[in-house]
Amino acid sequence: MNYLIGAFKPSCNISITFNDAKTRKQVPFKKENGQTVMVPLFQSQENISGKVSVEPVPGKKVEHNGIKVELLGQIEMYFDRGNFYDFTSLVRELDIPGEIYEKKTFPFEFSTVEMPYETYNGVNVRLRYVLKVTISRGYAGSIVEYQDFMVRNYSPPPPINNSIKMEVGIEDCLHIEFEYNKSKYHLKDVIIGKIYFLLVRIKIKNMDLEIRRRESTGSGTNTHVETETLAKFELMDGAPVRGESIPIRLFLSPYELTPTHRNINNKFSVKYYLNLVLVDEEDRRYFKQQEITIYRLEENS
Amino acid sequence: MIPDGIEDDDKWLAEGIAAIQLQAFYLHRALDANNLREALKYSAQMLSELRTSKLSPHKYYELYMRAFDELKSLEMFFKDESRHGVSIVDLYELVQHAGNILPRLYLLCTVGSVYINSKEVPAKDVLKDLVEMCRGVQHPIRGLFLRSYLSQVSRDKLPDIGSHYEGGDDTVMDAVDFVLQNFTEMNKLWVRMEHQGPHQIKEKLEKERNELRDLVGKNLHVLSQVEGVDLEMYKDTVLPRVLEQVVDCKDDLAQYYLMECIIQVFPDDYHLQTLETLLNACPQLQPTVDTKTVLSQLMGRLSNYAASNVDVLPEFLQVEAFTKLSSAIGRVIEAQADMPIVGAITLYVSLLTFTLRVHPDRLDYVDQVLGACVKKLSGKPKLQDNRATKQVVALLSAPLEKYNDTVTALTLSNYPRVMDYLDNGTNKVMAMVIIESIMKNNSCISTADKVEVLFELIKGLIKDLDGTSVDELDKEDFEDEQNAVARLIHMLYNDDPEEMLKMICTVRKHIMSGGPRRLRFTIPPFVFSALRLVRQLQGQGGDVVGEEVPTTPKKIFQLLNQTIEALSYVPSPELALRLYLQCAEAANDSDLEPIAYEFFTQAFVLYEEEIADSKAQVTAIHLIIGTLQRMHVFGVENRDTLTHKATGYSAKLLKKPDQCRAVYACSHLFWVDDQDGIKDGERVLLCLKRALRIANAAQQMASVARGSSGPVTLFVEILNKSVQLSLHLIEVTLIRYLYFFEKGNPNIVNAAIQGLVELITNELQSDSTTPTSDPFFSSTLRYIQFQKQKGGAMGEKFASIKV
Repeated sequence: MNYLIGAFKPSCNISITFNDAKTRKQVPFKKENGQTVMVPLFQSQENISGKVSVEPVPGKKVEHNGIKVELLGQIEMYFDRGNFYDFTSLVRELDIPGEIYEKKTFPFEFSTVEMPYETYNGVNVRLRYVLKVTISRGYAGSIVEYQDFMVRNYSPPPPINNSIKMEVGIEDCLHIEFEYNKSKYHLKDVIIGKIYFLLVRIKIKNMDLEIRRRESTGSGTNTHVETETLAKFELMDGAPVRGESIPIRLFLSPYELTPTHRNINNKFSVKYYLNLVLVDEEDRRYFKQQEITIYRLEENS
Repeated sequence: MIPDGIEDDDKWLAEGIAAIQLQAFYLHRALDANNLREALKYSAQMLSELRTSKLSPHKYYELYMRAFDELKSLEMFFKDESRHGVSIVDLYELVQHAGNILPRLYLLCTVGSVYINSKEVPAKDVLKDLVEMCRGVQHPIRGLFLRSYLSQVSRDKLPDIGSHYEGGDDTVMDAVDFVLQNFTEMNKLWVRMEHQGPHQIKEKLEKERNELRDLVGKNLHVLSQVEGVDLEMYKDTVLPRVLEQVVDCKDDLAQYYLMECIIQVFPDDYHLQTLETLLNACPQLQPTVDTKTVLSQLMGRLSNYAASNVDVLPEFLQVEAFTKLSSAIGRVIEAQADMPIVGAITLYVSLLTFTLRVHPDRLDYVDQVLGACVKKLSGKPKLQDNRATKQVVALLSAPLEKYNDTVTALTLSNYPRVMDYLDNGTNKVMAMVIIESIMKNNSCISTADKVEVLFELIKGLIKDLDGTSVDELDKEDFEDEQNAVARLIHMLYNDDPEEMLKMICTVRKHIMSGGPRRLRFTIPPFVFSALRLVRQLQGQGGDVVGEEVPTTPKKIFQLLNQTIEALSYVPSPELALRLYLQCAEAANDSDLEPIAYEFFTQAFVLYEEEIADSKAQVTAIHLIIGTLQRMHVFGVENRDTLTHKATGYSAKLLKKPDQCRAVYACSHLFWVDDQDGIKDGERVLLCLKRALRIANAAQQMASVARGSSGPVTLFVEILNKSVQLSLHLIEVTLIRYLYFFEKGNPNIVNAAIQGLVELITNELQSDSTTPTSDPFFSSTLRYIQFQKQKGGAMGEKFASIKV
């Protein structure tokens, strides 16, 4: 048995390390198999450099047709699992064909890598960045090793950030005016706002503010939309009367939000909405949805 | 249905309490372990129990108190950063992550309280934030309790003067703003309860709502406790804003309660200085609000304030408290057109009480109040409403009680006008109150004007008012009333005869209108009052007598004559007769012979024409004889006429014994035991003899009757009695003989006495039915014996009489 296993065992160990591994921030990353591991965090335009070591199993040699390292940015649709669409692909040749008898280390560097999209793990789609080392061999097949890393891109505060203000209602039944202080929020932001009741003829039981994420994948007739409610935050308990104004203060930090993604490589979009929901005593829901933009603000640290 | 509801209520409460206890258990475990995350989780779960809508306010309160107790330990935990390692600022954010609003806000208030305590930020910022955020709870009961919790935890953290939260950016104004805002919001929630829920259970809801009122009122109490709320701030900020809310909420229950609260919790001098503002709010209240009670309470407080401290009285004047209150009441009455008349009058009663306490010297104020009341009542029929009537009586009684001197009330021009609006019965009651007050205070009414006013006031007693049927009157009540009037007449007095005469004339004018039923009661005191004046004039002697003096006894007697004459139409001849005789006697004392004669004439005329009853005749004749005997003013001619008449009447009485008694009484008319009195011994003897004759005749009649009666035993006793009676008459006549004998009447000789004694003795012996020892006769004999033994002139005189 040992023999048999040994036959399929790769004849060498490949490890990929980053040069600044000790200082670089590590963030949790959920792998395909559900395990969470810590991976280094990059952003666009950064240099990604490191070392690839190939260590043959003692007493064996590795014969190859060349070794390369690739930096891949991939989008995977879950209805088409295993089929990756690479939107970024950079290659560095590490070794010319030959034989390796003992541990050999190859430095590599991708400088100022353009990584426009953030790592994203959604319901129907994911976007990942990975380093892929390939030792090409003839008959025996190539030996491949992957190293995931995360990309987050930060935005400066938007120069124009208007409030959202709107009057909505059902004629002779309910008229409200709501206001959110901004239209663009960063991930740790606070939504401040107010709801004015201009006319109330229905018996309202309560009012919630929901944060909804709308992930749409595919295009044309194949578009698939998935909506999740990430937050359900009660704003009001009981029935207001005309003239009441109800404050809104919703901290975004407790929720697992991502920045808004618009038409990532024509593959998918992730949008966020604030959904104001009023529920009456007969459990009828009256709601108004407003899109907000979420962005990632550089953390000061 | 209802019992079920109550049972369910209990069941839900029990469930709620159990859940709170369970979560509290986990909460405490988390606190013991200093585990913030768990503590927040379980406290939020515990507080979620307060989200129930099933409980009545009463039960909800119980539930709330459970949670409240638990939150205290949570607050302690929050306070100690070393236990949880999170800065208070972060904690303040952290609790806001809770998804449900109610637990979130309870936690926020709890942390907020710690936040203020830490002084990391100005207290006002936290307070403002909390009071704003609490708007999220719009459910009345839950909102009220949440805000009540906020008020509770922030109470000792207000930036008040002297509190260590004051200073920097924090001023008292922030504290006041905070409390006012919380108050306003709570009141809105409270008012809203009114309009929720089905109408069928409206009453129940109202009751439940009422149970919550103290939660709202508590805010006003907090405000009153804030040191920094001085008069100026109260005037400029607190009161206007509270009143704005009170007026704006347009809810009668709330308006009434809050006005009451304002009046109760803030100091008296504040009320005094802001009277105008406070009063201006009153007409703006809902018409259904019991504004009168509110105003009454205010006036009550102010009057107590004035009563407790004399030094503050100038302040009342300075702020023109009376004028303001008075006009406010006017406006309220005007604004609340539907207010029953009783309400308006109650208000006036309060105002009057206030006036009497605060401005006891300002009778014009009192009169103004009454005037306003008249205005309100004018154009309306007499009061039918019992309660209103009661209030009017209270209104009218107040000045009487205050001014122990009832006379003061008489100077109030509107007083009688108010009385006019009372129904006849109450009018009388009120008149009685007035009279009683006069009696109690022994006030003397001393001018004709006052008498005029007084009688105008009590006219309900003096004459028949329109629309009262005689049958309605209770005889006993009527007599009581008239007796009271009679007593009142005696209270009218002035030393100055001229004024007194005027008063008497005034009284006369009024009582003469009283009708026959009243004259019987009112004329006698009037007569005696007038006679008192006569005596007074007499006492002053000749000093004031002169041609120009208008007040002469003569005049008074004329008046009296006319007055008494009225009695004969009542008819009440016996009474008139007595009064004539009284007058005659007074005239006698004043040496006015013609007048005295006139009175006697009147008396005799009455006797002849009006007094037909034999018993009454007997009484009358004795009165006449008695009075006539004392008259010394008459000349011989007049006297003869009168005595002759009297004797004649006496002899014409129906019954023999009565005749006998009257005749021997007449004997005294001819023998006045005075220095220069008449001593007509002959006529005395004539009278006595005549009396004896009558007695004998009576005796014979009795004997004849006895003899003929035979077996009719029934009459024996009666006859015996009559025999005894006639014998007794003789005995009594004997006494007269002895009297005149003693007084030295030469016509009475001892032989006559001797004869009488023997006659009686014989009679006594012969008559078996009569006990031989007649005590009366025995003592007469003893008296003769005594006179005999006394010796001297008298002894000699008697010596010849043998007994």
